[in-house]
Amino acid sequence: MRVGPVGYRLGSDWRAPIAAIEALYRDYPKPDFADYTVRLEAEHVWRRWIRPSVRIGGDYRLPEAAPLPLGQGLLAAELGMNLQMALGHRRHLLLHAAVVERDGRAVIMSGISGAGKSTLALLLAQQGWRFLSDEFALIEPDTGLVVPFPRPVSLKNESLSVIPAGSRVGPLLAGTPKGDIRHVAPSVEALAAMDRPAKPVLILFPRFGFPAATRVLPPAESFVRLTQASTNYVALGEAGFRAMVRLRSTVPAIAFDYPDGPSGVAAVEALWAAL
Amino acid sequence: MGRAVTASARLVAMLRDPGNAHALGLSEWMDVVTVARAELLLGTLAHRLDGLAVTAEVRAVLDDARAEASEVRRTALWEANRVAHALAGLGVPVILLKGTAFVAAGLAAGQGRSIGDCDILLPKAVLPAAEAALAEAGWEWVKPDAYDDLYYRRWMHELPPLIHRDRDRMLDVHHTILPPTARPTPDATALIADAVPLGGGLAILSHNDMLIHAAAHLFADGDLSGGLRNLWDIHALVVEGGADGLAQRAAQHGLGFAVDRAMRLSHALYATPVAPRWQRLTIPDRIFRRRMLARDGWGRGRHPLTRLAFYVRSHLIRMPLPLLLRHLWIKWRKGRAAPASG
Repeated sequence: MRVGPVGYRLGSDWRAPIAAIEALYRDYPKPDFADYTVRLEAEHVWRRWIRPSVRIGGDYRLPEAAPLPLGQGLLAAELGMNLQMALGHRRHLLLHAAVVERDGRAVIMSGISGAGKSTLALLLAQQGWRFLSDEFALIEPDTGLVVPFPRPVSLKNESLSVIPAGSRVGPLLAGTPKGDIRHVAPSVEALAAMDRPAKPVLILFPRFGFPAATRVLPPAESFVRLTQASTNYVALGEAGFRAMVRLRSTVPAIAFDYPDGPSGVAAVEALWAAL
Repeated sequence: MGRAVTASARLVAMLRDPGNAHALGLSEWMDVVTVARAELLLGTLAHRLDGLAVTAEVRAVLDDARAEASEVRRTALWEANRVAHALAGLGVPVILLKGTAFVAAGLAAGQGRSIGDCDILLPKAVLPAAEAALAEAGWEWVKPDAYDDLYYRRWMHELPPLIHRDRDRMLDVHHTILPPTARPTPDATALIADAVPLGGGLAILSHNDMLIHAAAHLFADGDLSGGLRNLWDIHALVVEGGADGLAQRAAQHGLGFAVDRAMRLSHALYATPVAPRWQRLTIPDRIFRRRMLARDGWGRGRHPLTRLAFYVRSHLIRMPLPLLLRHLWIKWRKGRAAPASG
């Protein structure tokens, strides 16, 4: 399937993970060429049938990655697709971030796992924002634009309740290494616009579960935070440095804490409106 | 054999003759890119195809690979520079090996090449001083295990691997090009005496010694994983610098068999121009070729028995059987005692 500028090819020793992916990615384009190959393989020949366990393989892989039970095959496929980006992708500067856009102006929300990026992106998408990305912000080195990469949103544990009715969802994956997970496909409109980049106007570092507060980050701190959030900044060398300097010097960065979803959405909208 | 064999073979054919690239369909391209990544040859392929017409999707992947290779080259050269700086007090040049040597000398074999660790060769007599100087400059041992450390020092042709604590790059310090336990004993003194200085405290092996090292690495060490890439090094070195005097030099190092096989396979796979006696494969050569091409269009290893046989062979040629059994026994017991550690 194709997600924004990236084509994937997925192979599996079992039928079930492919069926789950096909259902979740039903509305994505099917390209003739894949940039990256992901393979879900049995750890040993016999583990295809006996206590089946999925090893994540592909063009790029982590040798020490722990295998997952077959029931979490969809998660293995999603992790495999993330790995290809994190380890192999060099066409864009990658930031671990969710991205939403309104009126052609994009907000990049970066932060560690559990900071609430995915939940905020999904809530904002219900308020008329266009969803560009959940896992990675792709910055085009030549233009500084953010390119949509609308993979399904992965929601965990207490965030599962924010899934809007009528969404295309994957199965509930209980008891994964990150707790209970469910994937939510982006809206058909977000997918239809996946080839339309946007200009980043605001970088946010949200933090869930703290009293509401905002703090404008000085350039040095935002630079360090962004390099920490990037999976390929070092590998890109000078091109990565230039893209990062440009992003940091043209786009304001703000850290903000929020106690719950609705106040988080209100804070993002207020910060965006104040630009 | 069907489609599966043809993915590796197609990659080889495209490296050999890039002019046919336009004839490939997108789905065949997907297989070639996947195999090339698995064999660490995508950057090399991208350089071979530079300037040729390919479809936009493929061009984007090849452009990425070229950009990545130039970054890999820059990083490797900087690491070599740092090593030379750290070892400047030794009074001997740092002899670069493999990929770093190719890019430092501007050789065709270095174009687009993937480079992992920094491999260097030093006279055995200076190793203690080199270790101290490297530790002083921020290199640390990767394996802080007493047995591994002892094993490297007693039985290997290199120090235990080092890693730089700030730059996170691995460094292998060799004192010869094969383990002392292997049957051939290369003439390390001659390797060092005939090295070619590059300036900046760096040097590379002579042309023929680079070829012999590549052949030794392929056929007298290792289990042939990455074999297509190492064979491409040999091809590119021969195309650029010929093979005059190679056979005699190989005999001096006791590596005539490895060089003969490398030349025969390089000719068979990449159409390297070689003397007539290297233009026919022997029956064992065909098994080596089968192992080298054992990868399908999804990047998966094929022929598990052939692979296993070469894995076993790689250990047998590295050391005598009693030593191997002792080594495996200690490793197995350690594995049982501490299952979490690799």
